[in-house]
Amino acid sequence: MGLFEAIILSVLAASTPLLLAAAGELVTERAGVLNLGLEGMMIMGAACGFAGAYFTGSVIVGALAGILAGMFMSALFAALTLGLAVNQVAAGLALTIFGIGLSGLIGAGFVGERIETAPHLYLPMLTDIPWIGKIAFGQDGFVYVSIALVIGIWWFLYRTRAGLILRAVGDNHVSAHALGYPVLRIRTLAVLFGGACAGLGGAYLPLAYTPFFTPGMTAGRGWIALALVVFASWRPGRVVTGAYLFGGVTILQLHAQAMSLPIPSQFMSSLPYLATVVVLIVISRRRGLAGSAAPASLGLVFVPDR
Amino acid sequence: MQLVLERRAERSTAIAVASPLIAIALTLVTMAILFAALGKNPVTALSVYFVDPLTDSYSLVELAVKATPLIIIAVGLSLCYLANVWNIGAEGQFLIGAVCGSWLAVKTQGTDAGFWVLPAMLILGAVGGALYALIPAIAKVRFGASEILTSLMLVYVADLLLDYLVRGPWRDPNGFNFPTTAEFDPVATVPILIEETRLHLGSLIALVVVAVASVVLGRTIKGFEIKVVGAAPRAARFAGFDADKLVILTFVISGALAGLAGIIEVAGPVGHLQPNFSPGYGFTAIIVAFLGRLNPIGILIAGLFLALTFIGGEQAQISIKVPLDLTKVFQGILLFYVLACDSLILYRIRVVSSRSGAADGIV
Repeated sequence: MGLFEAIILSVLAASTPLLLAAAGELVTERAGVLNLGLEGMMIMGAACGFAGAYFTGSVIVGALAGILAGMFMSALFAALTLGLAVNQVAAGLALTIFGIGLSGLIGAGFVGERIETAPHLYLPMLTDIPWIGKIAFGQDGFVYVSIALVIGIWWFLYRTRAGLILRAVGDNHVSAHALGYPVLRIRTLAVLFGGACAGLGGAYLPLAYTPFFTPGMTAGRGWIALALVVFASWRPGRVVTGAYLFGGVTILQLHAQAMSLPIPSQFMSSLPYLATVVVLIVISRRRGLAGSAAPASLGLVFVPDR
Repeated sequence: MQLVLERRAERSTAIAVASPLIAIALTLVTMAILFAALGKNPVTALSVYFVDPLTDSYSLVELAVKATPLIIIAVGLSLCYLANVWNIGAEGQFLIGAVCGSWLAVKTQGTDAGFWVLPAMLILGAVGGALYALIPAIAKVRFGASEILTSLMLVYVADLLLDYLVRGPWRDPNGFNFPTTAEFDPVATVPILIEETRLHLGSLIALVVVAVASVVLGRTIKGFEIKVVGAAPRAARFAGFDADKLVILTFVISGALAGLAGIIEVAGPVGHLQPNFSPGYGFTAIIVAFLGRLNPIGILIAGLFLALTFIGGEQAQISIKVPLDLTKVFQGILLFYVLACDSLILYRIRVVSSRSGAADGIV
């Protein structure tokens, strides 16, 4: 395997959890709900995903456990913000604090344990094609799922009636309500979908990226995924670009650290976070000239009047 | 039949007062269930958490020591949240304040620098925190970047910077390779208030911060502006209040207070700079701010209560062997309940038949 292949493969692996979580959050935000608890849902997905795979030996069970954990967390968020009209920013923070604590509690018994990570696809002939074989046909299942997910989301949002209604709810909940659409029910489903994706993205870390669970192993990926949605201007296609770009930055700094350049490793480690800040500034500035691309009702409380 | 929210004609004053208490009661019930699920006797566990620390003088002092940074940070955050400005990176500003103040302590180590060192350190800490908070504030007003994400990202950067400094240039040469600076000189240390205890001057500073914030919020035009911009942005625009300036102002004040808390913590109870010296005070302070209903006096009480969870958590880890992470679970649940109960100040829950509910579009 050449260096080129190795780098592309590691970039894809580093990007996939971001892509999964950001794609789910994109749907949630298009429905007008800002779920800042992504980090908490991801770390719960990681802990429960590891537990599932550890007890059953099955990566698929692990992935399902991660999805369920993410959905459980997002259900709490939905109950607060949609059921009780709580401020979404504050509720998202609570979800993150709660998730970090609970995942530590669940994962405490697993620290130091290892599991088999997800196998990589192997198709005779195809995977052996030089240069691109491994990249196109030699990934773990999550990578293909994440790409299929984004295509599915794109198709749903722009090619189905349900997707149109979801976007309408996110852009103007008052009008959508007046037209008779069940705003809160649609938003609840969108939040649950986002939670499932975040849980899967979190589960990717112990199931495919590193074979163990460590407390706080998401290391801010949930927050970076949130920034990716902004970067992508709430469009599915651009989420892919953004996720691979950020995966690239992560891998770049890892390789730079391995080359033992005379730069302190902490400076390299802070690159993904600094890059996020810079990208947010640049993207927001450009948008400032053309008007915001955010769903118009994003983050606003909606209580149907009677 | 189902439950729906209905806006109250007026805020319910009764619930506004009772809401934090209801939230705490609900949290305790949830915790009891959680302890039972972990196979611990809920009564013993809860008393280890919440009663034992109040029974001996050592723990009472410790309560004040731990509440000090929480209260100082939370007062600053409450100004932001009142103005609807979302600074959630106080942890980063706290760390940078500690780093900036420690710079002077490290530079004057072993010299005959006089009593001016500590005051200068406190000022450096506050200025450092304020400047660090200025980054997301300017990114917000100048470029429209979400302050939530930028301020949070900078927490990770601050953490790594601190890590670099204590492992690299500032490491104690006689420290057996541990990642820490040397113990600060006496002139660079926050004085103890009561001999033989850990109670330090920082606790008094916290009280002063609470008092000043009460006056500013209750009796000055600036305090009024902050509240109007947050509660009624349109009215604030008509009144000619500059929302952008308030974003900068609230960020700078909260950053300065977080930075001040950081250097007080390092030059006080910790005594030197080391990684992970904060058990997440900057994040817990967010809960303190909300539990205290964004009111300085409320924050004082809420800060003591959350400090109790830190001490109780440490004791519970030792005496009944529950993981330390339980404290974070507990704090998260508390914030859930606080937010949920606060919602009942503005809304009431009504039971409706599912037919009229369907017309509502909530089914």
